[in-house]
Amino acid sequence: MSIKISQQICIGCGKCLKVCPGGLIHRNEAGKSYVRDPQDCWGCTSCLKECATGAIKYYLGADIGGLGGYLYTERDRERLHWTICKADGEKVRITINQKDANRY
Amino acid sequence: MSFNTAMNVHLDLKVLETDILIIGGGTAGCFAALTVAENSSCQVLIAEKANIRRSGCLAAGVNALNAYIVKGETPETYLDYVRNDTEGVIREDLVYSIAKRLNDVTAKVEALGLVIQKDANGDYVARGRRNIKINGENIKPLLAAAVEQKETIQVLNRVNIIDYVVKEGRVIGAYGFSLDSKIFYTIQAKAVLCTTGGAAGLYRPNNPGFSRHKMWYSPFNTGAGYAMGIRAGAEMTTFEMRFIALRCKDTIAPTGTIAQGVGAQQINGRGEAYERKYGLPTTPNRMFSTVQENKEGKGPCYLETKGISKETEEDLYKAYLNMAPAQALRWIESGRGPSVENVEIEGTEPYIVGGHTASGYWIDTNRATTLEGLFAAGDVAGGSPQKFVTGCFAEGEIAAFSAMEYVRGKELVAVEHAQMIAKLEEVRQFLQDDTTLNPDITLYSVEELEEAMQKVMDVYAGGISSDYVVNSSKLTIAKQRIKGLLDMSTSLKAKDLHELKLIYEVLDRLYVCQTVIAHLQARKETRWHCFQENADYPERDDLHYFKYVNSCYRNGDVEINFRDIVKKDETYEHQN
Repeated sequence: MSIKISQQICIGCGKCLKVCPGGLIHRNEAGKSYVRDPQDCWGCTSCLKECATGAIKYYLGADIGGLGGYLYTERDRERLHWTICKADGEKVRITINQKDANRY
Repeated sequence: MSFNTAMNVHLDLKVLETDILIIGGGTAGCFAALTVAENSSCQVLIAEKANIRRSGCLAAGVNALNAYIVKGETPETYLDYVRNDTEGVIREDLVYSIAKRLNDVTAKVEALGLVIQKDANGDYVARGRRNIKINGENIKPLLAAAVEQKETIQVLNRVNIIDYVVKEGRVIGAYGFSLDSKIFYTIQAKAVLCTTGGAAGLYRPNNPGFSRHKMWYSPFNTGAGYAMGIRAGAEMTTFEMRFIALRCKDTIAPTGTIAQGVGAQQINGRGEAYERKYGLPTTPNRMFSTVQENKEGKGPCYLETKGISKETEEDLYKAYLNMAPAQALRWIESGRGPSVENVEIEGTEPYIVGGHTASGYWIDTNRATTLEGLFAAGDVAGGSPQKFVTGCFAEGEIAAFSAMEYVRGKELVAVEHAQMIAKLEEVRQFLQDDTTLNPDITLYSVEELEEAMQKVMDVYAGGISSDYVVNSSKLTIAKQRIKGLLDMSTSLKAKDLHELKLIYEVLDRLYVCQTVIAHLQARKETRWHCFQENADYPERDDLHYFKYVNSCYRNGDVEINFRDIVKKDETYEHQN
């Protein structure tokens, strides 16, 4: 279970490292975020939801069925858009309004 | 083993004072802090090793509130459910006092902004006899925001608390260190409330490789609260009742949403529904039946979802994104969602967690521990299983009122300087300024000791590989090996504060393991399938063991004592 942080996209705002419940995200010499111990990630997606730039991708380790796809989130006020990008490039977008309760 | 003595790192000493110190800013801790702030002028300090915005069990969110008194139910029926689910060995006084508060704390969290589904009459929509539907993705940020608005609450994020300060049997504060700068803290408090959560990572996990932390419980809850209490000599209860969750294979995502939400039943590899073959569908039996089917070669086991509508599938995706996004990603990226493929299930490794089972501090009805000045609530407090999120709120509230009452008229007790320095030195001995300059300084890394501990617990103390079953011979080996690892842990070295935290996490888990092993040895019956299953004593023995197994750590040994069952209307007070 883990995340990858794009060094090209990251602007070094530090919000993700503040919020990680495992304290796993640190800053490198360029002031950008990186994951120090990727295998220690719980997969909670807290960092994705903080990141305003979409620099963080969330993926499944191959040992738990990951197939090369990943997901990222974008926030638009009370709506959270989840985009799943499959290995073949196909994208699936699911939008959840914070005001709507789960059906299940 | 140290080959060299490298230069130790300097730590600055900082002393803080507060009325009530809350250790752990998760579900119970945040709610307790709000309770104190709203009902008194006491100063509260929350010490949290991460950041309260997303720390603890609620980081990813939660899909439903699973402890609520829905229409037609009462606190009494909630107590009946918990009693029946756990073979009666619960603290009825604690469970009942929580049950009576469930709906009020829910209303309070709704007022903070939590979205709860309502019907046309404005009533909450039930998902079962005790559950209501919510959008809980942001439940933790909502709580944290409420805490941060209170002027009397100070939050100390990224400070790892390692031990209580005890003076003449009374807890007068706690020690910790910053994860950002080289500061050692002594926090003096009139009362301390422990809300650190339970313990993950004791046993070899389902996915021991790259995805080792893809587990049911927060991998960052490492039993610190238990371990601090154990080391300080607090009485602990029911550590033999481990919690094992039935989860979606690989992603270890919840199964209740599918089982309860869409009514999917458990089937084996031959397509046969098997749950009813194993008695009542209690939480342990749902797990036990799955283990048995696999043992008989009838696996893999599944939740039968094939054939659900595409609309239902879409709703399940959303529900999982709101609490366990890995499962939604798994379904979507593979192109095989639950409508076309049954969901494979497996049991997790065992955890020690007082919000689901009953392990934790032995507390009185007011949530005071056996150490004066120390209170406990949430997953770290024992005796009352099936608390879940709202139960942790309720218990946080009860403990907060007790702590407020306790501090009235009390003065701070100053921690002696020499005592602080001694503790600071203990921390400093783990820190080396640069292990890369001196790579031979120690033989073992934290990671190696952690793996060794998890292997011992897996093989000898009833982990996944032994189908959760223990016996006396194996437990004797477990005890000896864990003791050995504990001795070795004193020579661990950290090159920075993050590694220092990891050392304390493994140390804490080793202390918890010792207690788990002693409790498993003491209950010479089988009370709960899988959770506590002893091959030497495969039957339930009410005559001798309809009791709590409790313990205190004294002079390096876990001493066991048994206590009688406390009933619903009793007010339990500690006696010697």
